[in-house]
Amino acid sequence: MHWSTIIYCGIITYLTRFSMIFLLKKDILNDRAKQVLSYVPSAIFPAIIFPPIFLDNTSSLDFESNPKILAAIFAIIAGYFSKNIIATIFAGLISYWFLIFVYYQ
Amino acid sequence: MNNRLKTLTKGIADVSPLMIPVVPFGIIFGVIGMELGLSAYMTFGMSVIIFGGASQIVLLQLFSGGASSLVVITSVGAVNSRHLLYGAVFSEYLSHLKLKWKIILSYILIDQAFAVSNTYFKKNKENEFKHYHLLGAGFTCWTVWQVSTILGIVLGSVIPEELGLSFTISLTFLALLINDFRKFKNVIVMLVSGIVATIGYNIIPFQAYIIVAALSGLLVATVLTLINLKKK
Repeated sequence: MHWSTIIYCGIITYLTRFSMIFLLKKDILNDRAKQVLSYVPSAIFPAIIFPPIFLDNTSSLDFESNPKILAAIFAIIAGYFSKNIIATIFAGLISYWFLIFVYYQ
Repeated sequence: MNNRLKTLTKGIADVSPLMIPVVPFGIIFGVIGMELGLSAYMTFGMSVIIFGGASQIVLLQLFSGGASSLVVITSVGAVNSRHLLYGAVFSEYLSHLKLKWKIILSYILIDQAFAVSNTYFKKNKENEFKHYHLLGAGFTCWTVWQVSTILGIVLGSVIPEELGLSFTISLTFLALLINDFRKFKNVIVMLVSGIVATIGYNIIPFQAYIIVAALSGLLVATVLTLINLKKK
């Protein structure tokens, strides 16, 4: 990792926040564009979430003996019902620890 | 109390409950930075220079997969495209401010600050000093993020690797989506993005899977939006 990469990432992060406030005099994005932008988290976060869960160390699909899939399902259930960020993270982490330290031992 | 200080304090008070999940997120970031072998300065430097949880985690994840700088920077840009929406919504309230203010407020315009200040701005359009609300909320987030990063850096050298804390990256992002789990269209977009990323991980060169998956997801989102408009 180079400092330059961090600095470029910092600049691009800053620019996405700055550009609209600086450039726009009024709200020019139409409703349709806003609606599409509201899907950005749903479009991006799963790309970060899925691969480390479903792929093993050799980057091949692993559906059997994969505690991460089960733990993620527990987290989704907890999140769906509680709508609470912390509860979701802890439900996933605790079930993961139970699976790797107790169940698969 | 004068109006500026009052608005600033209101911003701090409004955003404070949202800081509860930010603390473990910051700690996790610090711990993982150290586990990947980054120096403490670099890990902390990322929190100051970038100041965005999702961007920083993506940077770490792609770095550990050996992606090139270009792919890392493009992926971070894709993750940040949601800020365009925030800026576009806020331009209505902030366009009259001096450049100095716009420069400062852009640095602290993160998800949590956007959420609370957007609610405040809608209700207090006539308050001349309403931007102080965003200033208070944003700098509260900033302080909490930096302190929890440092906590993570300290803990990173103590926490054993067997605990599998890297799994918490996936869990943290999962948790950020909980409000969309009940929306059918969002779930479709999530599945498209996740499946494309998982299959593409081995097929798409240069670790560009995040970018390709995100674009596929947005394409589906656009189609779903257009179908919805036609129905109306």
